Amino acid sequence: MSKPYGVIAEFDTPADVMAAARAVNAAGFKSWDVHTPFPVHGMDEAMGIKNSPVGWFTFIGGVCGYTGGMLMIWFQNAVDYRIIVGGKPLFSPLFAFPVSYEMTILFASFATIFGMLFLNGLPRLHHPLLRNRRFAQVTHDKFYVVIETADSKYSETETRKLLETAGSKHIEQVEE
Amino acid sequence: MAPVVENKWATKGSTPKALEREPLVLNQRSLGWISDRVASIVEGPTPKWWWPAFLISASVAGMMFAMIGYLISTGVGVWGLNQPAGWAWDITNFVFWIGIGHAGTLISAILFLLRQKWRTSINRAAEAMTLFAVACAGIFPLVHVGRVWLAPIFLAPVPNGNGLWPQFRSPLLWDVFAVSTYGTVSLLFWYVGLIPDLATMRDRATSKVRKFAYGFFALGWTGSNRHWSNYEKAYLLLAGLSTPLVLSVHSIVSFDFAVSQVPGWHTTIFPPYFVAGAIFSGFGMVLTLMIPIRTLFGLEDLITVRHVDLMGKVVLATGSIVAYAYGMEFFIAWYGGNPNELYAFKNRAFGPYWWAYWSMISCNVICPQLFWFKTIRTNLVAVFIISIFVNIGMWFERFVIIVTSLHRDYLPSSWGYFSPTYVDILTFVGSFGLFCTLFLLFMRFLPMIAIAEVKGVTPQADPHHPLGGAKGGHH
Repeated sequence: MSKPYGVIAEFDTPADVMAAARAVNAAGFKSWDVHTPFPVHGMDEAMGIKNSPVGWFTFIGGVCGYTGGMLMIWFQNAVDYRIIVGGKPLFSPLFAFPVSYEMTILFASFATIFGMLFLNGLPRLHHPLLRNRRFAQVTHDKFYVVIETADSKYSETETRKLLETAGSKHIEQVEE
Repeated sequence: MAPVVENKWATKGSTPKALEREPLVLNQRSLGWISDRVASIVEGPTPKWWWPAFLISASVAGMMFAMIGYLISTGVGVWGLNQPAGWAWDITNFVFWIGIGHAGTLISAILFLLRQKWRTSINRAAEAMTLFAVACAGIFPLVHVGRVWLAPIFLAPVPNGNGLWPQFRSPLLWDVFAVSTYGTVSLLFWYVGLIPDLATMRDRATSKVRKFAYGFFALGWTGSNRHWSNYEKAYLLLAGLSTPLVLSVHSIVSFDFAVSQVPGWHTTIFPPYFVAGAIFSGFGMVLTLMIPIRTLFGLEDLITVRHVDLMGKVVLATGSIVAYAYGMEFFIAWYGGNPNELYAFKNRAFGPYWWAYWSMISCNVICPQLFWFKTIRTNLVAVFIISIFVNIGMWFERFVIIVTSLHRDYLPSSWGYFSPTYVDILTFVGSFGLFCTLFLLFMRFLPMIAIAEVKGVTPQADPHHPLGGAKGGHH
């Protein structure tokens, strides 16, 4: 048989799962998570999650897009093949701005999405939780706390007791 | 000891009841009901009207591709445009479709930043509308270049056979970047919003094919809060990026005209005027689509009359900005003292194309003013009819700007009159076929309401609300 991945505890309301999350966080677990059908307001704070660093990806993407746009136009119209149009300068940041502006947004958007997927470890087409039938309700109307066996504080009996005290009516083990 | 001041407004033993806002989802529907209701549209049997609607739309779209084939194999002479009106229905249709797209981005990005929670039940379909409108828009400038097979050299920053690069001082090239960025970012934003709902579809799927198809595009989403944390930040940033993007796109489209020196085009009011017009036309199209959809699919509890009312207000506000811009253009034409400019505007209203101008004024200036009345804004039939007039009026606006300015410019010896050929007309009609085909496919295969987002704005989703499981003491 495969080894256990962790334990899942089901809750019916966002308030219940939030209270459980506070308890699990206070107990000092590290490899655990809360799964919800929609983002629950205040859950990051309850779980002790810091502000997401996605913005850095966006910023770097935007800077690359803007400088890339300016350099591309400068190289193409003022260096590689100089075209004189109406006595205007070969390069000016003013006429290069609209295109560079659009490229800022384009690159920043791609960086945001790929940054988000990278931070989340996605795409992932296989996950132990996705094989659990009960867990499928996480995208419907149920809320789950998942504690992985990989956590150093994990113990089969103690962890289960903690989740029971937190008010879960259904707790089960998930195989790897 | 200080005397205790009695607060006569306080009620003893209970906290005063906070004023509740009108609920966004009617009839206190549960979280599960929302996913059942939206997903069952896709999972259930195909509605009887769907196949005829699809076949008609697809045939009309096919007709457009036949017309484009004829155009490419013969030359742009099959269209009615020629000197002096070198742009006519092609660019009118392009600006018309790209403008429609703007409402989708306004709803998905700007209303998100403004925390207008009512947007959640219409944003998915409105964003789909944006994508399909941009697809229709993109066809016209692509085929109007004549030698379409050389388009990559006109459009992409690659050198031609002589090593010559595109000329970046031209607003036409800015437009290429603006529209392609707009299409790409709109697609990304729409897809990111879909990921949690695709996971819902995956988890509900009963057949292997469905489970694989939805599961593939859901990217392994498990609703993890560590993921939601990054996801929400990314969504916020994308909204923040899409907002300046959508405002820039129609500004740059307006530069195609404003940066030239044609009387009637060379005006500084164009960027804000075009953006307002785009949002106006887009909301017209959103209303045209949403009013039948909510009835056909029984979504009255999600897309409520309040939504229609609020969208009517946006139409009124942007329609009034457009009306102001029409007036201001005339004022500046007179006040600026340029005889060519003044002639261009007199010619618009009273020249050979007077009928187009007054159609535009009736549809865009007079019609939306009816939305001052709440009885009209909440009467679905009236709103639907007015929304159609808005669509018609905004097509005429672009026709008026483009054709009436071009057909008579500085040299009276080169004046002319543009009339469309049947190829012009069928290509334009065909673009509606393409739009409807894509929209029908979207309704059949994807959840057309953002399930996770709508759940998130219900009281059951709020951990501090009694319906969200909060116990006593909280408000």
